Amino acid sequence: MGAQTKAQIMDKEGIRRALFRIAHEIIERNQGVEELTLVGIRRRGVPLARRLQAIIREIEQAEVPLGILDITLYRDDLTTRMDQPLVRSTEVPFPLRGKKVVLVDDVLYTGRTVRAALDALMDLGRPQCIQLAVLVDRGHRELPIRADYVGKNVPTARREIISVRLEETDGEDAVVIEQLEPDAEVS
Amino acid sequence: MLLGTRDILSLREMSRDDMALILDTAESLREIIYRPIKKVPTLRGKTVVTFFHEASTRTRTSFELAAKYMSADTVSLSASTSALVKGESLKDTALTLEAMGSDCIIMRHGVSGSCHYLARMVDAPVINAGDGMHEHPTQGLLDMFTIRRHKGSLEGLRVVLVGDSLHSRVARSNIWGLSKFGAEVSLAGPATLLPEGMGAIGVKSFARVEDALPGADVVMVLRLQRERQGKGLLPSLREYARLYCINGRRLALAKPDALLMHPGPMNRGIEIGTDVADGPQSLITEQVTNGVAVRMAILYLLLGGASE
Amino acid sequence: MTLVIKGGRLLCPERGTVEEGDVLCRDGLIEAVGPGVAAGAPAGAEVFDARGLLVVPGLIDMHVHLRDPGLEYKEDIVSGTRAAAAGGFTTVACMPNTSPVVDHAAMVSYIVGRARQVGVVNVLPIGAVTKGLAGKELAEIGDMSQAGIVGISDDGQPVWNGELMRTALQYSSMYGIPVIAHSEDRHLAEEGQMHYGAWSAVLGLRGIPAVAEAAMIARDCMLVELTGGRLHVAHVSTELSLSVIAWARARGIAVTCEVTPHHLTLTDEEVARTGYDTSTKVNPPLRGPADVEAMRKGLREGFIEAIGSDHAPHSRDDKDVEYNFAANGVIGLETTVPVLLTEIVGKGHADLVTVVRAMTLGPARILGLERKGRLAAGMDADLAILDLDHPWRIDPAAFKSKSRNTPFAGWEVRGLAAATVVAGRVVWRDGQICV
Repeated sequence: MGAQTKAQIMDKEGIRRALFRIAHEIIERNQGVEELTLVGIRRRGVPLARRLQAIIREIEQAEVPLGILDITLYRDDLTTRMDQPLVRSTEVPFPLRGKKVVLVDDVLYTGRTVRAALDALMDLGRPQCIQLAVLVDRGHRELPIRADYVGKNVPTARREIISVRLEETDGEDAVVIEQLEPDAEVS
Repeated sequence: MLLGTRDILSLREMSRDDMALILDTAESLREIIYRPIKKVPTLRGKTVVTFFHEASTRTRTSFELAAKYMSADTVSLSASTSALVKGESLKDTALTLEAMGSDCIIMRHGVSGSCHYLARMVDAPVINAGDGMHEHPTQGLLDMFTIRRHKGSLEGLRVVLVGDSLHSRVARSNIWGLSKFGAEVSLAGPATLLPEGMGAIGVKSFARVEDALPGADVVMVLRLQRERQGKGLLPSLREYARLYCINGRRLALAKPDALLMHPGPMNRGIEIGTDVADGPQSLITEQVTNGVAVRMAILYLLLGGASE
Repeated sequence: MTLVIKGGRLLCPERGTVEEGDVLCRDGLIEAVGPGVAAGAPAGAEVFDARGLLVVPGLIDMHVHLRDPGLEYKEDIVSGTRAAAAGGFTTVACMPNTSPVVDHAAMVSYIVGRARQVGVVNVLPIGAVTKGLAGKELAEIGDMSQAGIVGISDDGQPVWNGELMRTALQYSSMYGIPVIAHSEDRHLAEEGQMHYGAWSAVLGLRGIPAVAEAAMIARDCMLVELTGGRLHVAHVSTELSLSVIAWARARGIAVTCEVTPHHLTLTDEEVARTGYDTSTKVNPPLRGPADVEAMRKGLREGFIEAIGSDHAPHSRDDKDVEYNFAANGVIGLETTVPVLLTEIVGKGHADLVTVVRAMTLGPARILGLERKGRLAAGMDADLAILDLDHPWRIDPAAFKSKSRNTPFAGWEVRGLAAATVVAGRVVWRDGQICV
């Protein structure tokens, strides 16, 4: 799919500051880290959750458990795809019962990924509550879902793509907005 | 990722890439079996038919659990309950199943090649759950999966299959699957139960099990069908047990960390000794668990997408 | 009634020559053969322009199952003889495993009469060796011989009892007809689905080893030495069998043999390649590459005297089942000529004259047909006119046979029977039966 970069909307420092703020908000909202857990949604939610875990460790001197969620098996678009996505493992090595779970993802868009993640989490146990942290909220929700913690709200058009790049997965920290080529299909 | 095949008929015909994809996917899915709620919604609304012409408890149950864990609906048909006893042909039963909207047909049949035949007739994917003396590809994959989990890789491993490999579909699938991943497969058993021409595909055969075992990383014991004695291929089960039963003394000839496997159901005291079947090297119950994971992976890869 | 075949290349299997010339047929016999004989034709004679075509004696398929009576859903004399004509065959010898079995003279008369009535080529019945093919008591060989059989065979089954085979060879020698043996040790072949070898091991199908065939041939050859009868080995398929036959001939034993087109062209790997397609299931089974090579060499050197298609029609229901449950057999009348021209002559495994000889003079001699198999004055006016170059694709849907069970479906081939002449009448021409 052809796309060209239009503008960078966050740089390395911007991402760091946003996560730092989110970490503080999480601690504040939950009045500490008691029963708190972080669960990153594959793929870029995972490094973001790790970073939040590290920041919280710095602030609170406490280790918040971290889980990894692969939502492939919960997607609602499997039967309409011509190609199965590769299933990766879900690693939530602690019981969720009674936990305050903060789901972490890079971009909140239609809300379908979060819907799948909620279903997946529910299958793993019954947490006390689930909150959602995202680096970017770009709007265009298709489901009644909202984020509790947002790094940056970015109004977008549907033909635009928000691309989050992280050092762990992409070799650099940046959030850019890309424009689809006119003839490319909207995914 | 997409499988290069739409039916799972034999490991001889399956590419190494397809096998690797199935094993990797199974690795991701295995965790579901250990969840308190063993169910993911992936195959909701899909119907999987198990169609068994031969008695089988474990393979059928394994497939049905795999389908249920993935939220597919399962229907099971056996030769004794199906219209086949009324003289309906496999062809007509298969066409009927498909007309009713089955999304996948899993078949076990006593005649080699029957799943190939079925696959030509129906559009739905066909999974071979064992056809005659030909192959049992999902068993081969679950064995490979089990070995890989313990040894990290299959490359260069020495795997010895002990027993009746002539009539064994499990043996054939393992031979092809393991060989394609660089394992060195040998067969050990009485000359009357060893297949022809295996040397041509790099498989060594040993009539004395003691000659095959030294240096083995994996000892896979095959089930001895008791009726082989009646066919005159064996003088007696007693003699077979004396010469070929894998017991502690014989297992000690393999590497100290050798894995012991058996596809089940076991004839304890005939092809395998209870001392080792229940011993620390035995992976026999883990094979059963892994079978569910491998079958979940196959169902996901065949049915999880691409329905258009 | 006069027919002139004009300007063709005439192949004489006896002399091994191919030369330009005409054939003049009158009242069912060949009157003259050679350059310019067309000039002697009377006014009003039918003229067939054979320029660019090869004229050979009418082909003889000495191993055909017409399935009539009793199994007409597979084939009958109407369809089977039309398939023969379409394939260039003017004479077929039909096997007795019908229902009821051809084991007495009335059955022979039925076939002969029916063929005369509705057939378009010559049909020569082969009688059973034993009553009901049961391998217990001799059939009425003498009576059947007088009714017109050209040989006896329990084809499909071996004559398992050695003493009975001995008697059959002795008894049939009185009538000068061969015993045509389906050579198979039943215990070695029990439940066998394909050739015993690496492919049967891979596919998990029970194999029929070469020795199952060769051992019975050896027994029967020794019985010929004992009795002085005449043995013809049907559908020989293994190198081992040819060695046994060579050994027997070296001892002076009278034994002839035939090979099928599929045993000359296909190996056991075909079962795997087609994913257990039952069109590959035949008895004797498709053998290994060394066996196929031995068949080609045997044909090339004239060691194997005849090609017989073992045309074995089966309905779709007989074949559209699991491999083990499928009937044995493939049809051959409409594929033999193109397959042999393309795969054997075309690829240099045997020359054209040798192949034609094995379909004309060879079987004529084995069956004692004195007026067939040669291109000479006084012979029956049975001719096949072949187009050696015509490229086409084998399409079973177009067969005249009632059955479609061929492993050659979809093959790209070169060559076909442009016309077939039986007793001086054109019965097949331009893709049409013309009677």
